[in-house]
Amino acid sequence: MWIYEKKLQYPVRVSKCDVRMARYLMEQYGGADGELAAALRYMNQRYAIPDKVIGVLTDISTEEFSHLEMIATMIYKLTKDASVQELEAAGLGPNYAQRDHALFYQNSAGVPFTATYIQAKGDPLADLYEDIAAEEKARATYQWLIDMTDDVDLQDGLKFLREREIVHALRFKESVQILIDERGKKKVF
Amino acid sequence: MESQERVYTPYRGPFDPCPPVPFKTYVVPPNQFISFQPPDLPQFSLPEALRLGTLWPALFSPYESKQGGR
Amino acid sequence: MEANPCEPRYYEMLEQLQILDFALVELNLYLDTHPDDLRSIQQFNQLTHERTRLAKQFQELYGPLQNFGRAYSKCPWEWNQPPWPWQV
Repeated sequence: MWIYEKKLQYPVRVSKCDVRMARYLMEQYGGADGELAAALRYMNQRYAIPDKVIGVLTDISTEEFSHLEMIATMIYKLTKDASVQELEAAGLGPNYAQRDHALFYQNSAGVPFTATYIQAKGDPLADLYEDIAAEEKARATYQWLIDMTDDVDLQDGLKFLREREIVHALRFKESVQILIDERGKKKVF
Repeated sequence: MESQERVYTPYRGPFDPCPPVPFKTYVVPPNQFISFQPPDLPQFSLPEALRLGTLWPALFSPYESKQGGR
Repeated sequence: MEANPCEPRYYEMLEQLQILDFALVELNLYLDTHPDDLRSIQQFNQLTHERTRLAKQFQELYGPLQNFGRAYSKCPWEWNQPPWPWQV
């Protein structure tokens, strides 16, 4: 089971009232390479992979949920006090028409999240290489998001999240190495 | 630390409609040079580790906004 | 909840906890792929000890960090009192 902890992993600050960024941040909320996709992907791969890498998948997946909460916090802070006109100017008019200020699992273009963003091949190496690629894609997305804002506090939180992708990718690479090195263990029936 | 940035010049065609960008860059983060983290790597102080997103300087990758910051 | 969560002490203690917990996340992921690294396990256990102490202090002042029986409650029920993480 999971236990919720009532605190963010990182102290998120947003200092500029820039509703436009809320829309772009949704790429990491409900986008193909976003935090939700990452968390669900790794969690779901645990059921068809050698025991030695289940810990990594469980823990990185759990950390991704805390990143999802950080992204939600950024979007919440940027939109909470925004007027309809401000939301419309930021391209969030269609979102307001559907759900007022509610968040939704969608990408920056408003495309709803879909399970087809996530693969599960049942082959340990194929799955882990997908995970490494997912981390690098998320790292790139964070770079483009950092490029789109001049709010140093928002940049700060995004830089933290970008760095986490780099560490996660390394842990997945190490997991691949662990599986490659599993030799000399004869099957016993 | 060696730079993590790489630079290339995109091809310039004679009929390109827009003024050419002089160069493009991409990042090669340190995880590309480590296949398995060795033990006992030096660590950041714990407050620094939180701020930078990793406990180990060897895994840290700086990135600055193309817009700068205010 | 004894103290006011808008005061500077709340943010200072929260950040101290985030600092310790982040090091623990890093060491945890590292140990998942380096299960025989004794020194890192010792560091992990030491930080777990510090974290437990700080979390206890924090919870006495500002209410429970975790639900479902991982922290005690005063009356009235403290868990669903704000602020929630995205509000602070």
